[in-house]
Amino acid sequence: MRDSIPVTRRRFRAGERLMEGVLALCGYTSVLVLAGIFVLLLWQGARAFREVPLWEFLTTARWDPTSPEGARYGIGSMVASTFLVTLGAMAFTVPLGIGVAAYLSEFAPARVREVLKPAVEMLAAIPSVVVGFIGIVVVGPAIARLFGLPNGLTALNGAVLLTVMALPTAVSLSEDALRAVPRDHRLASLALGANPWETLVKVTLPAAAPGILAAMMLAMGRAIGETMTVLMATGNAPAFPSGFLSPVRTMTATIAIELGEVPHGTAHYFALFAVGFALFVISFVVNWVADWFIRRGRRAR
Amino acid sequence: MDEPVRIDCQNVEVWYGSKQALHGISIRIPSNRVTALIGPSGCGKSTFLRCLNRMNDLVPGARTRGSILLDGEDILSPATDVVDLRRRVGMVFQRWNPFPKSVFDNVAYGPRIHGIRDKARLAEIVEDALRKASLWDEVKDRLRSSALELSGGQQQRLCIARALAVEPEVLLMDEPASALDPISTARLEDLIGELKERYTIVIVTHNMQQAARVSDYTGFFYMGRLVEYDRTQTIFTSPAQEQTEAYITGRFG
Repeated sequence: MRDSIPVTRRRFRAGERLMEGVLALCGYTSVLVLAGIFVLLLWQGARAFREVPLWEFLTTARWDPTSPEGARYGIGSMVASTFLVTLGAMAFTVPLGIGVAAYLSEFAPARVREVLKPAVEMLAAIPSVVVGFIGIVVVGPAIARLFGLPNGLTALNGAVLLTVMALPTAVSLSEDALRAVPRDHRLASLALGANPWETLVKVTLPAAAPGILAAMMLAMGRAIGETMTVLMATGNAPAFPSGFLSPVRTMTATIAIELGEVPHGTAHYFALFAVGFALFVISFVVNWVADWFIRRGRRAR
Repeated sequence: MDEPVRIDCQNVEVWYGSKQALHGISIRIPSNRVTALIGPSGCGKSTFLRCLNRMNDLVPGARTRGSILLDGEDILSPATDVVDLRRRVGMVFQRWNPFPKSVFDNVAYGPRIHGIRDKARLAEIVEDALRKASLWDEVKDRLRSSALELSGGQQQRLCIARALAVEPEVLLMDEPASALDPISTARLEDLIGELKERYTIVIVTHNMQQAARVSDYTGFFYMGRLVEYDRTQTIFTSPAQEQTEAYITGRFG
């Protein structure tokens, strides 16, 4: 009898170790995939620089790989386009996202909240090609009419559409951050004679600030990486943008348009991987900053 | 009662939805005394406390009836300015809840809300409030560091300082020591003794010894009714009601 107990326990331990191994493997798979993508982009992208000077790639703005007078590989225009569209989208998303989140967490009656929050989150379920389509037939023409342009497919159009796509992330995570602020803080503020608005602006929002910043960074990551919508709705002009009302072509759109047609193994082909690598680095930095804010927020609490 | 009355409650009733939480509470709370409210969990003592600064307004579906006169003025009247009421009637919560801001900004929060911008004046108010809460000597060198770095007892006294900074007349305390260690609790009780010279204090407590130590008057709540209210000494030595005696001798609770 006495002997049987350790035996069962040992068998149990072996099973447990197996399970741990399987779960660890699942965990490491995502790291492996990440590393794999990183290495692939770096390795393929680096080959472009046998023919294209790295300095020219990074610092010039003209992207014209099929020009008869000599191919040009400057990513300046498309980086500027990506930033223009992304920053435009964030200029709408940040105030709107905080406003909606604050309304949902602080002011909306429970019943309204139960309908409104899932509705905002459902925006994320709209396929990006549908958003792009709406950009072509609804938002673009409206912008054209509003500003008297011949064509509404501009950076502004992309920014508006990306707002629709980034808003669910921004609202949902900001609202979580606001609700994570202890109710006691609000009560203490109200008990000191502050009204709900003062309580929101001076206590709840500052306490939730790290989480809200993280939410906005993740929303921005979504906007930077979005391809189909900007490809369809921003006019596809591979020139340096002069402002929100000019047509643009972002990094993602460039890759999506050109990679299907480019002959394998050419400098153009590898240069597109280099663009992908640059995009990867930008997204990585944005996500890392978001993560840093999340961790800082946790420590403060 | 042969003492000046600060708060005079007549027939106060509170409903949460269709459930009646308080039944006809009539109680006169004397000026510059400590009044303790005791009773088992769910007896209505905290609900009653929250009537005194209308914090029950924040509970969805809560309704209050009756009259509560603060210096002769009915605070339950719809015409009452709740912001001004809450400045006059401060509150300290069960779980210390300083804002995630600096020590200084915590105490200065109330005065700033009420429109004081002058820096020298704010510094004066903050020091004064921290001294009254007997916390000044411990934090005078770290006014700019986060309030969350203070110990639990210090944080609770900081919350008292924060409440005092808006110069209230009445201080409500909802089980202020229930999460503190014995030494911090003793300090807090000493502080309550000092504060009653300037303020009228109403304290809700689970701890009968604490009520006996700190209060001048004690009200015993049970099932949403005020069973007995008298001088603390009387309540603890010769209560008039059998229920009160049963509770304070520990036969139920």
